[in-house]
Amino acid sequence: MALSVSKVARNVPPAETRAGRGPKRRWWPDRVTQLLFVLPAVVYLCLFFGYPLVKNVIMSFQNYTTSTFFTGYAPWVGFANYVSVFKNSLFQTTVINTVLFTVGSIAGQFVIGMALALFFKRRFPLNGILRSLLLLPWLLPLIASSSIWKWMLDQDSGVLNQTLLFFHVIASPVPWLSSPNVALASVIMVNIWLGIPFNATLLYSGLQGVPEELYEAASLDGATGWKAFRYITWPTLRPVVSVVLVLGVVYTLKVLDIILGLTGGGPANATQTLATNSYQQSFVQFSFGTGAAISNILVATSLAFALVYLRLNRRAIDE
Amino acid sequence: MKTNRLVAAVAIAAAFPLALTACGSSAPAGGSSAGAAGKGLSLTIEDYYQPPQAATYDKIYKACATALGDTITSTHVPGASLITKVLQQETSKTLPDVLMLDNPDVQQIASSGALTPLSDYGITGQGVEQEVLAAGSLNGKLYGLAPGVNSLGLFYNKDKLAAAGLTPPTTWAELASDAKKLTGNGTYGFAFAGTNTYEGTWQFMPWMWSNGGTETQLNSPQNAQALDFLASMVKDGSVSASVVGWGQGDALNQFTAGKAAMMENGPWQIPSLKAVKGLNFGYVPLPASAAGGKSVAPLGGETFTVPSTGNTAKEAAAGKIVACINSPANEMTIAAENNYIPSNPTIAATFGKSDPDLAPFVSIVADARSRTGLLGTKWPTVGTEIYQAEQLALTGKATGAAALAQVVANNS
Repeated sequence: MALSVSKVARNVPPAETRAGRGPKRRWWPDRVTQLLFVLPAVVYLCLFFGYPLVKNVIMSFQNYTTSTFFTGYAPWVGFANYVSVFKNSLFQTTVINTVLFTVGSIAGQFVIGMALALFFKRRFPLNGILRSLLLLPWLLPLIASSSIWKWMLDQDSGVLNQTLLFFHVIASPVPWLSSPNVALASVIMVNIWLGIPFNATLLYSGLQGVPEELYEAASLDGATGWKAFRYITWPTLRPVVSVVLVLGVVYTLKVLDIILGLTGGGPANATQTLATNSYQQSFVQFSFGTGAAISNILVATSLAFALVYLRLNRRAIDE
Repeated sequence: MKTNRLVAAVAIAAAFPLALTACGSSAPAGGSSAGAAGKGLSLTIEDYYQPPQAATYDKIYKACATALGDTITSTHVPGASLITKVLQQETSKTLPDVLMLDNPDVQQIASSGALTPLSDYGITGQGVEQEVLAAGSLNGKLYGLAPGVNSLGLFYNKDKLAAAGLTPPTTWAELASDAKKLTGNGTYGFAFAGTNTYEGTWQFMPWMWSNGGTETQLNSPQNAQALDFLASMVKDGSVSASVVGWGQGDALNQFTAGKAAMMENGPWQIPSLKAVKGLNFGYVPLPASAAGGKSVAPLGGETFTVPSTGNTAKEAAAGKIVACINSPANEMTIAAENNYIPSNPTIAATFGKSDPDLAPFVSIVADARSRTGLLGTKWPTVGTEIYQAEQLALTGKATGAAALAQVVANNS
């Protein structure tokens, strides 16, 4: 979607070249008019994106505590918050967890999403209904779905363990959320379930853009099935794929609600990520400076991926 | 025309925040006639009580305000968001005239200067349980006073214990062996809240205290032993491994569903327990670490405070409201209707005679200890260390001693 919009924008001659031509009929230069059109957007960005971001950066260099809210006094502490974050052994755990969570979630979401997108590309009865049912995880409130997953994953009476035990798939109940060794995998599994609609929908719409003639021509040359996917679908779909992946990474890095709902970062910090740890520092321990420091690290990471996204986007257009 | 539109836009923008505040679950209480007559103040009070408990408090707030010739409007916010709301109100200088705070939060908020000392209004807390005062005080000044308190005890399923030929355990060793005997056929012997929140800390503190441990010296053999004891019951299967994710409501659900024969929980659960048909339950103090030892329970309950709003007339009136909520008659009402124990031991003794259900908790509370009496504003840090250590021990990631050493080293 973003691609097509940018393409359209490119076909329109830039406003600047048109402005300046012709006689000046107004007492203010056209430039001012142009800037006035941009102003609302600039004000909006500064107010709702710039201010919080700058405030968060400043906060991370302050000893910002509960008292600060009343007195407004937050002493400048330099990099002390960052030092305490890096020194804490929990930081290493949260970084590893964040990487595993992100990579695991994206890999699962993407592979299953792609498979479903390819599947739904075929014409068969009930295709439309099934495809809309696929969106279900997306439509449910996150808190509700994580509570229900928590019940289903309960070690003693959860439906998942009961079912697996009934069919003798497992010999003893799996401690889905109560063992530090399994909990992260369970949380990733739930997040994959949640991310499939996003991946499947975007990839499906990307597949609509692959010209049918290419497949017809290729099938004459004997390229069907896997070969058709490898040499036609994949190359044509690549710009969409990179967008899906990069957006997926940015969305997954900041996941908070699912983890809080399922495990609260536990057991024994096994599912603690940068996002949940930042939340804990700020809103549980009321150490707002440390919380801000962690969230800045997260913001910087997301920003790096966002830049990758913009670059890929540009390259896709240039191609 | 253009100016008119601008004015309209500004008016809409100005009305927007008003519309937002109107969305809060505010319920005007108190004789509005007093306000309409032009005398008397209109006060605000904020708490985290939900129905049906909230009704009891609204009734008391209204009566107290009417007696003063004032009106009062109460706002009930969800428990988890109270502190964030208070912090916002501190910044925007819109704190309510009377503020309810859970007792471990009082010192944290008082240390910012947002609360006024209750001595300004002649409230000394005389006659109130010493530990209740300790929880509500900072640097020797009383900021919050609780009309009712609660604690934790050992709830047991009478039928299950009788079937196994057991009596309620009084020592750790008995608890462990009884729990093991009661385990089987889809039932665990014991349940508690081991979750990674302050709820887990609250439920763990009695075990460390009963063993002679303290929160100011976290890395001690006594505390390590307490962790190892609870972990040993998880390890031998008499406590479900899921306990690391359980809050007190989850422990209650396990107990009422017959999946736990005993549980650690508080008197506020008694109405829910009584509502379960065929559940025959009893409760005793939590077991002591050894025979002849003393069981120390934690002190829970909410205090009422007077925030510093700058309006002296309203602050004085708020002080009177706090005194009124803590009056003997209201302590009795709150205790009877909401399953609390009056914070004044004399009143508690009278109450114990009138309410045999809660009588065991009257003696438990008499020896109970507050979580923040020693810690003060260090509560958020140490409270977190305690539940983190408990998580490490219960999941078998570390022994009690190693778990404590690890969390203490991490935060030093």
